[in-house]
Amino acid sequence: MVIFDQPKDKPLTDDYIKHQYEPILPKKDEWPVVRLSKGRKEFIQQVVASSSEKIKSLTGNQVQALKEELEVTLYRERMRLKQNPWLVDPDDEASFWSGVKSSLLAIGVDQKLQESDKKAKYLEILTAITQRYAEEIASNFKHSHYKMTRRIVTFGFSRLLNTSRVKGFKSIFSNQYSLQDKIQIIGETDQLRELASKGTIVMVPTHFSNLDSILIGWTISTLGLPPFIYGAGLNLFNIQIFAYFMNALGAYKVDRRKKNQIYLETLKTYSREAIQFGCHSLFFPGGTRSRSGTIESKLKLGLLSTAIEAQRANYQAEPEDPGKVFIVPVTINYHFVLEAPSLIKEHLNYTGQERYYSESDEFSTSYKISKFLVKFFTKGSDISVSIGKAMDILGNYVDEKGNSRDRHGRPIDCKDYFIANDQVTVDLQREEEYTKKLGKRIAEEFHKINRVFSSHLVAFTAFQLIQRSNEKLDLFSLLQLPEEDIQLPFDDFMTACGKVLDEIKRLKEGGKLGIAPHLEKPLEEIIRHGLENVGMYHAKRPLIRTEDGHVITEDISLLYYYHNRLDGYELEKII
Amino acid sequence: MDMNWKKSFNARPIGVIGIGSFGAAIANLLAEKNEVLVYARDEAVVKAINETHTVKNRKLAEKIKATNDPEMLCEACEVMFPMIPSSGFREVMVQFAPYLHPYHFLIHGTKGLSLNLPEGKTLENITRINREHICTMSEVILKETVVERIGCLAGPNLAKELLEHQPGATVVASRYNEVIGEGQRLLRSDNFQVYGNSDIIGVELAGVLKNIIAIAAGALSGLGLGDNAKGLLVSRGMVELIHLGNAMGGGTKSFLGLAGIGDLVTTCNSTLSRNYTLGFRLAQGEKLVDITSDMEEVAEGINTVKLIKRYLESTNRRAPITENLHRVLFEDYKVETALQSLMKYPIYTDIDFL
Repeated sequence: MVIFDQPKDKPLTDDYIKHQYEPILPKKDEWPVVRLSKGRKEFIQQVVASSSEKIKSLTGNQVQALKEELEVTLYRERMRLKQNPWLVDPDDEASFWSGVKSSLLAIGVDQKLQESDKKAKYLEILTAITQRYAEEIASNFKHSHYKMTRRIVTFGFSRLLNTSRVKGFKSIFSNQYSLQDKIQIIGETDQLRELASKGTIVMVPTHFSNLDSILIGWTISTLGLPPFIYGAGLNLFNIQIFAYFMNALGAYKVDRRKKNQIYLETLKTYSREAIQFGCHSLFFPGGTRSRSGTIESKLKLGLLSTAIEAQRANYQAEPEDPGKVFIVPVTINYHFVLEAPSLIKEHLNYTGQERYYSESDEFSTSYKISKFLVKFFTKGSDISVSIGKAMDILGNYVDEKGNSRDRHGRPIDCKDYFIANDQVTVDLQREEEYTKKLGKRIAEEFHKINRVFSSHLVAFTAFQLIQRSNEKLDLFSLLQLPEEDIQLPFDDFMTACGKVLDEIKRLKEGGKLGIAPHLEKPLEEIIRHGLENVGMYHAKRPLIRTEDGHVITEDISLLYYYHNRLDGYELEKII
Repeated sequence: MDMNWKKSFNARPIGVIGIGSFGAAIANLLAEKNEVLVYARDEAVVKAINETHTVKNRKLAEKIKATNDPEMLCEACEVMFPMIPSSGFREVMVQFAPYLHPYHFLIHGTKGLSLNLPEGKTLENITRINREHICTMSEVILKETVVERIGCLAGPNLAKELLEHQPGATVVASRYNEVIGEGQRLLRSDNFQVYGNSDIIGVELAGVLKNIIAIAAGALSGLGLGDNAKGLLVSRGMVELIHLGNAMGGGTKSFLGLAGIGDLVTTCNSTLSRNYTLGFRLAQGEKLVDITSDMEEVAEGINTVKLIKRYLESTNRRAPITENLHRVLFEDYKVETALQSLMKYPIYTDIDFL
């Protein structure tokens, strides 16, 4: 008997990986995403058929219910057109929906139509709508664009990087520093590469900044993986520079304004069919960027459920050789999040109502982004991307061969999760529960593979100390405190940082989180590094050390934002 | 018995793990419509079931068969009903785990809690008992096995009455509709109604926590007190159950259903209830050790009171009935003294949970 050595509890390695990975599928024609884009037309037809079918069954195949669904959709779409039009909306949007309106009216008044004819006509309209949605959602991957983008990113960024770090005349040609020094990839990279050729990967990263999608795209290509498809907010396509990148990276479009059932089903069907097709996919399971700066603990389950549905569909469609779906959590760790000021403001103003997506943040124009990128690459501030262990669709770890293992290392056949009465069955309520469970597991893994930076440590400690000395105030009043009233004596601050750091190291020993190598340096140096880096490009700095040795904040809300990164580890108990 | 279950059964049998009084009652109910295979650890018990169709003088349906091989049980059955006291529950699950698969359904009927402490910690040397340290039985199954589709049985199910085919009902609670459906299909009969509930934690907690109140009810009767006092206890007990249940993750509604108020009323009035009997004898002046030593099966309430008391201390919550019962059970308080302190307890709101 082979003794299986348990995959869990091995802490993430701190060494970042810096070598050239060979592509796992060298010929671009073999890339699932290329195959998908070649068969784009057929694929869209498949999505249309399958999502129309789904809506049909959701309305219980009743003419009346179907009619109501169409009317609700029409109403919502017309409201959206009126109240929240976007640049990316196609020109014929209004005429399409008035067409739908008149068709609906025509069926309603026609006395001669039999019930079955009516149904056929309503289904026709349904198909027209799903067709329109599917076309809009579908990605527009072009290999030439992909290659181009990769070159721009790698070349452009490394020029910027070397100009700033290597001094002197030759700096512009130096290759001493590469992007891999700036953006460190750590964790289970080998397993990811291995599994990408054995099954379909669904990568689920944390989401703090709009920069994330580009970073992940770069990470995927650096690791030699074929491009992943992913859902990107349609609003991002408003910005030309992003639109270009997104299309190049195989993004499909998600429009958060559209909340009608027909749209949501079409979107989910698209994602499920793509996973079944074998396209590696990327979801940001938090939905949008984390507003508060905490690591996502409540996940949006909509798209996640499509991974589970695809896995079940694979067991149904190919019982002999079912493709396996692997869930790979990823955290992206920053000292600095460009959008932090507006995100935290939005979080604090959040009144619980559903609001339209605000576009007036730091990522709203190409100019602002370029300015940021230049700053980012010419000054310090490293980023790390931690790749977590791959899991199956129920959150069990998988071994290097892709087999699911239970806590004791015993093999699990994932198919068994879908079996009742000795056969694979479709049970949406069951899959809904599985999705919740998977969501919880991903959030747990996020906390484990999260990598603590010096800046997180100082922000967390400082905010906790401020809160401690104003115990009577609730959070909101605390954040209203005038900044000039707040100052922490450096010695107290350092002692507290030391305590938190010890606890962080203890947690790391237990495999509960990861830490950056710079946290192994002497405490004083860590604190200096942290103070220098925390939110370093903001006009108002979350933390600075004054000349007379105090630690003060220029913006307590921002400090709160960076503090939240270490929320959920119960670190507040030890100060 | 032959390892190949197909030789002994026409269809997949339904499994019953553990054959105490409740296990026997459920096995008989199941046998009305299904083939049943019972797991018992003790070889003599297995033999008695297979040869004389009895277990501890209780009559079992003739088509019920038994084995002491966990692997065979798991091989033969897709749906199993673990009916084991909470004290041995985890151990049995660990023993079964190697043979369990995600296609199995487990529907348990244990109204108790299990302690889940970090390695090296015991109830004596740990400082705080949080929710994560206390597991309901469905949480034990989730922790120890790969079974995902879990349900529980709860409600007023006095084993003796079930064995006599008296009319009754139960709740099957599960997050999975298919588990509820399966439980209903297997158990429902002319005399037995089966309700469904998706809040499994709430239903489990209702069944577990009501044992505390049942002990107190027995104690009131043991003191010779009347029905006014009983009414007072049941309604204040209900408030306490919901307060505790909410804190531990159960929904209020479940406590108002068959598993909550239904079970509470039954056990608070029935001399057939072990927990009630325990309270009764305590009030009559007997010592806890003496009572437990001559009871045939454990009164789950004792362990529940012990765990919940620690949980209350660690989370700064109050639950007056539980606290006073703890004094009686473990701190040598007289039942009368505990009752007095309850009557003086400063709460004046009737209902604060809706």
